[in-house]
Amino acid sequence: MSRLLVCSPDYFRIDYEINPWMRRSNVVEPEQAVRQWHGLMKVLEGDIGAVLERMKPVPGLPDQVFTANAGVVVGRKAVPSRFRFPERQCEEAHFEGWFRDHGYEIVALDHEMYFEGAGDLLGFSDGWFGGYMQRSDIRAFPILSEVFAKEILPLELIDGRFYHLDTCFCPLDGGDLLYYPAAFDRYGQATIAERIAAEHRLAVPEQEALRFACNAVCIGKHVVLPAGCPLTMELLESHGYRPHPVPLDEFMKSGGSAKCLTLALD
Amino acid sequence: MQMTNIQETVVLSGHIIDSLILAKVLDTILMMGGTFDLQEVSIGKTRNEPSRAKIVVRATSANLLAEILQAIQPHGASVEGERDCQCKQAPADGVFPEDFYATTHLPTQVRLAGQWIDVDGIEMDLGIVTSMNTTGARAVPMGDVRRGELVVTGRTGIRVTPLQRPQERDVFSFMESQVSAERPHGHIIADVAKRMQVLRKGFRGGKPDCKVLLAGGPAIIHAGGREALTWLIEEAFVHVLFCGNALAAHDMEAELYGTSLGYGLVAGRAVPHGHEHHLRTINRIRAIGSIQKAVETGIIKQGIMAACVKQGAQVVMAGTIRDDGPLPGVITDSVSAQAAMRAAIPGVGLALLVASTLHAVATGNLLPAKVPTVCVDVNPAVPTKLADRGSFQAVGLVMDAASFLRDVARELGWKG
Repeated sequence: MSRLLVCSPDYFRIDYEINPWMRRSNVVEPEQAVRQWHGLMKVLEGDIGAVLERMKPVPGLPDQVFTANAGVVVGRKAVPSRFRFPERQCEEAHFEGWFRDHGYEIVALDHEMYFEGAGDLLGFSDGWFGGYMQRSDIRAFPILSEVFAKEILPLELIDGRFYHLDTCFCPLDGGDLLYYPAAFDRYGQATIAERIAAEHRLAVPEQEALRFACNAVCIGKHVVLPAGCPLTMELLESHGYRPHPVPLDEFMKSGGSAKCLTLALD
Repeated sequence: MQMTNIQETVVLSGHIIDSLILAKVLDTILMMGGTFDLQEVSIGKTRNEPSRAKIVVRATSANLLAEILQAIQPHGASVEGERDCQCKQAPADGVFPEDFYATTHLPTQVRLAGQWIDVDGIEMDLGIVTSMNTTGARAVPMGDVRRGELVVTGRTGIRVTPLQRPQERDVFSFMESQVSAERPHGHIIADVAKRMQVLRKGFRGGKPDCKVLLAGGPAIIHAGGREALTWLIEEAFVHVLFCGNALAAHDMEAELYGTSLGYGLVAGRAVPHGHEHHLRTINRIRAIGSIQKAVETGIIKQGIMAACVKQGAQVVMAGTIRDDGPLPGVITDSVSAQAAMRAAIPGVGLALLVASTLHAVATGNLLPAKVPTVCVDVNPAVPTKLADRGSFQAVGLVMDAASFLRDVARELGWKG
């Protein structure tokens, strides 16, 4: 059973610009956003059988909908995020409150130790990867590594459009990796190649990486990804996965897609 | 002294080996033109265990080092234990807080609000006062501190940079103050002359830090170095003169009576009533009112003081308790004299400390270590004393003052 934390987009809008995708002039259509979000929930809950934990949206926090950035959770331990931009720092207390109310043991990072949750920390059972340079501070990873007793290999994110690791890097349950290599420098690419054999690396083409094909949710053999990524779907199918495309372009206006809208709790 | 590049130690920890973060940091240092020493590397025994590396980063300039540190910092290489300096308010005028930081004469920086800031007017044995808005820091003598000023205390957040080896390959590039009467002088004198040649060109071209300072004692006159020094000032090879009452008095005694402390400079014999000559000289100048006036009215036509007045060379005369007179212009308050000397130091690019223990040590105390310095004395104890007092950059030369000045002047084209 997979449990995911989600938050409905009641207050979702573009109030500020903190990544290259956000344009205040590119107004969100609220009804469409709500429709798309419910579409995603239906696939996750109905088609795949994930359990959804819904947190209450708070007025004035337009990006709270992106729960991937709430923090990172393993077992009963939660490390709430420390956002780099003041615009999102007001979300911290709400996410932390949710974790606390739901009985998680909170491990708090210093407020200057930027770490944007599961958006920048992803991995396989035997080792994790941490994205840094755009949002999270590389110095957070040794701390998290100690907290969770896991190896965390930092990967520098070199392209501002792929500002979180989960925008260009998606570990799949079968030990495969869906990723966009050009979002990493040669050191990062070499590190990935060293840990994941060539036959397990599924490189997404640029045009679909820009549609956030890698911002996918993988549960077992099911992969939920934004609609409009046919090549990625073929790639997934050829490796035995079942892709579920969901239209999420309202959320792309804010630089987020399927994965950003969920946080894995188990 | 062994010269080294500027360096800083950084620490990198985490899963830095397999992620190639360590490799990236080291590559970045090299690519930017720095070098490194891996001081300690502890590699995690299991995959989950973190590794740790201590890296000494070296660069040829403070700027380059700062750029490199800035570039590797986002990859997690942070300067070990770097904190802002501690400051306390001066409890009273002229009193530093108990645990004030005492300066060296090496280039020094303090860390204020996360920024490394150069300390202005560095000099040994002072305190450091920071501005209230934490944008500046300056070295301040104990007596000059005002109550409530923020004085740096303790040792954290203070960075002292070893001197860089000068680009010129001359006697100063070794920056060693070994003193021996048995070492050959020729090459040292040639190097000093070469420097003076370069500095005069720079001085005339309006470049900064091109002044030559000479601090001298009266032995220059007794030993027969007066003409050579006069020529050096007239030819604009020397721009600042520190001396006492005696050098000025004997220089003008020589002009008025042809004697130095009563001895005929040419015949070398005691002249009848010659012992009175320096007193009569001092009295005469006191009657005129100033050395400048004595020169301008033609009473004093030649010599060191005349050359200084005519060339506009800056003269600071500091008095002592054994002075006769003293001459007008001699500063008898030693704290004021020190302040006047200190004020004349900025812009000095070479210091010649000749035949005066008192002025050599006093001037040495005021000079930043970056100013090449030569200490000339027949008594090896003088350069040794200077080195012992911390002016390690001074090249010691055990020789007679007059011979030194003549040799330097001849190297520079003096026909005397």
